Amino acid sequence: MPNTINIPTPLRPFTEKKEAVEVSGATVGELLADLTTKHDGLRKHLYTDEGKLRNFVNVYLNDEDIRYLQKEQTPVKSGDTLSIVPSVAGGGGVEASPVHGDGASR
Amino acid sequence: MMGIRLDRGIDEAIRAHGIETYPNECCGALIGREGVVTATYALPNTTEEGPRRRFLVRPSDYQEAEKRATAAGGDLLGFYHSHPDHPARPSQYDLDHAWPFFSYIIVSVRDGVSEAMTSWRLRDDRSVFDPEELHVGGEPPRGPAMS
Repeated sequence: MPNTINIPTPLRPFTEKKEAVEVSGATVGELLADLTTKHDGLRKHLYTDEGKLRNFVNVYLNDEDIRYLQKEQTPVKSGDTLSIVPSVAGGGGVEASPVHGDGASR
Repeated sequence: MMGIRLDRGIDEAIRAHGIETYPNECCGALIGREGVVTATYALPNTTEEGPRRRFLVRPSDYQEAEKRATAAGGDLLGFYHSHPDHPARPSQYDLDHAWPFFSYIIVSVRDGVSEAMTSWRLRDDRSVFDPEELHVGGEPPRGPAMS
């Protein structure tokens, strides 16, 4: 029985709008690797340039945060479900640069 | 340039939330369809890094926002937040934490009064936020994309 990864809204443009993708592997990391092999555009949004999961990317195995399990080395069983759930963060301060043009208002 | 339209009352709701939480940042979800925001969902700012300069939507609140969007027959189109006493332009921190696809609406609140409101989208290579046109109120434009 394959495993399933639930895809949040902002990543669905990279999975042909699918809300869930079937993947296979023995660990959480292998399932995520299978996902990014099938949908390469996801890689830069999930991982840093150094290959680490971005800190605002939360991954749950069934309903448990993998940070409290064995992270990407957490073994998975047939039929387990992974969910990628965003944290959304930001705030004022030093402006990003360069930005092109002005944000339009009205 | 892509664009997003705020249905009647949405602009006012975002500004009111920014004023209510001033001098701290507010945050909330944008719910709608086909580039038109028809509802906002105010969320708690759960940052532990100082709410005057940071906001955080925790995963459980994100999931609730996505559920609400689906229940309303729409999509989660993005998030809004305020920049107290700072311009309505994305910070490096905003860029570093941005998700693709979403519209990020920023409202500047200065001395408790709301000022400019802007909307931004992360470029696909994550290098920069691009501004998008923000249309406020009125009827949605007619055309195939909106039908």
